[in-house]
Amino acid sequence: MNQPNPPIPADTGPYTSPVESRHMNHRLASARFTLLELLFWLAPVAAYFLFPGHYALGALIMTYALAVLGLDLVLGYAGIVSLGHAAFFGIGAYTAGLLAVHGWREPLSGLLIGGVAALAVGAAASFLVVRGKDLTRLMVTLGIGLVVYELANKLSEITGGTDGLSGIEIAPLFGVFAFDLYGATAWWYAYAVLLVVFVALKFVVNSPFGLSLRAIREGVNRMPALGVAVDGRLRLAFTLSAGVTGLAGALMAQTTQFVGVDALSVPRAAEFLVMLVLGGTGRLYGAIAGAAVFLIARDLLSDVNAVYWEFWMGILLMATVLLARGGITGGVAALLGRLPNGRASNDSKVARRTAP
Amino acid sequence: MITNLTGILFDGVAYGSLLFLIGVGLSITMGLMNFINLAHGAFAMAGGYIAVLALSRAGLPFAATLALAFFGTALLGGVAERLLFRRLYRAPHLDQMLFTVGFIFSSMAAATYFFGAGQQLVTMPEALQGQVRVFGVDLGIYRLFLILIVAIITILLHLMITKTRFGAQIRAAVDNQDASAGLGINVGLVFSLCFALGSGLAGLGGALGVEVLGLDPTFPMKYMVYFLLVVVVGGSGTIKGPLYASIILGICDVAGKYYVPEAGSFIIYVLMIVLLLAFPAGLGGRRA
Repeated sequence: MNQPNPPIPADTGPYTSPVESRHMNHRLASARFTLLELLFWLAPVAAYFLFPGHYALGALIMTYALAVLGLDLVLGYAGIVSLGHAAFFGIGAYTAGLLAVHGWREPLSGLLIGGVAALAVGAAASFLVVRGKDLTRLMVTLGIGLVVYELANKLSEITGGTDGLSGIEIAPLFGVFAFDLYGATAWWYAYAVLLVVFVALKFVVNSPFGLSLRAIREGVNRMPALGVAVDGRLRLAFTLSAGVTGLAGALMAQTTQFVGVDALSVPRAAEFLVMLVLGGTGRLYGAIAGAAVFLIARDLLSDVNAVYWEFWMGILLMATVLLARGGITGGVAALLGRLPNGRASNDSKVARRTAP
Repeated sequence: MITNLTGILFDGVAYGSLLFLIGVGLSITMGLMNFINLAHGAFAMAGGYIAVLALSRAGLPFAATLALAFFGTALLGGVAERLLFRRLYRAPHLDQMLFTVGFIFSSMAAATYFFGAGQQLVTMPEALQGQVRVFGVDLGIYRLFLILIVAIITILLHLMITKTRFGAQIRAAVDNQDASAGLGINVGLVFSLCFALGSGLAGLGGALGVEVLGLDPTFPMKYMVYFLLVVVVGGSGTIKGPLYASIILGICDVAGKYYVPEAGSFIIYVLMIVLLLAFPAGLGGRRA
């Protein structure tokens, strides 16, 4: 490794963006929602009422966004590339699905158990993952993903194999809101879960623990000198990340009432990666924006041809890496940072747009 | 029992030498440029398709097909390096991995578009079909031929790296790029040539492997793990390490599929995790 350290991306970290630096004096405030963020969270609600025929797509976007949030924690913040996150997604999905098939129909507890199962496997896997360097880590996560996939494939009498796990029935949420055919309940359920986990993760990434993860990513050699147990922090990050992605898997099993082996496949893990890079790594909103743009684009283009879609997905990924490192949210942050006085309030943005 | 064992060893070595042929280029480029190229299998796939086109549709002789697969893929690799990959040599590993994953997706889709999603079939020349009996063991002639070709190429590669001026330049560039550039070595050109050579060898491996590995558009994804494994376990920047690693992998994979077919690819994945954790720097690795 005689290569110099990668340059610190100018658009990440709490000190560079004027939006965030305004809050640096009182850090707790940075965990609070700004006006822009409130609007961001109102956008899906607006979409809910504007596009009533697309509840399923909306719920899918929020489910994937949750999975990608988990990946972002480990990739964007801790700097570990994982090609095995589909394994945790699938473990969460199969746990929740199997519980429902065998009579445990209560959704919230099923969701939590699914998340905890992925968390536990992630904790065990984290000991293997953290040991190596970049490529070794990637390969170990890939290996874990492949082993879990093979396992699900071989245990087809339990998992349903390639036919998938069907017959999942979920009891009404809180005993009141039944999961309807149109997916309205599923939509609100996914929205609520995503919001709750997001708020929790916002606290995590702004906590001293979250800051130490970024510090490890930027300069791993200095951290032990500061008394940070690097491996322990990375293991914790990986474990949490697996748990969040597992929660997403459980959410998918409950909202779509179907789990197939492809939920665990490596292409699925690659899709998570693409979404995250597209949205912007190291930003929680990047995970959500990436999932939304990716899935909406796929929905619009899937009528054309699946093969074309794969081709353009590859091109998109290469172009993002070469030309637009920060992804969508990185681009937005750069735009906001360019506003006069570094003010990023929504008013000035509106004023700019309406100006002649 | 003993015949079985010999047969498995033989098949494993043949399979391993194919993995080596495809993976060795990856080892050189990874050691030389510190560039993680997950898309190396795409070049092997390109070689495979060139071979199918030349052999089955154009009806060229087998030797000409192999030459075409080598030079065609080397050209593709060289062009791709000049236009795309060289922009990423100084980028973080994350970017390199993401970019090459994108490259895999696009190349898989392109292969599906041009050749369809099905398996490609080729008919090998008569002389390479059938089996010979050596010391009471039946050996496939084609596999024997594979081992022979890979042995020749390995010796040539070794001679090139240890005896020629170009080889010395490669070794110098692996050890210290800046000092090599200071001594007047055109490091950029050495990189490009190495990349082209590695791609060409992968293409040749892909062409030879149509019969053994199969060929369809998912090839780069399906075998990515094997090629990376050859390099990561073998250690990058050498020839010896990947050679040992390929042979071990080939034998383990063939033996696993023969003795415990129900475990499928399980054994190879578990082996990979164990080897990675046991030898973080690779079997014959020189630490970069």
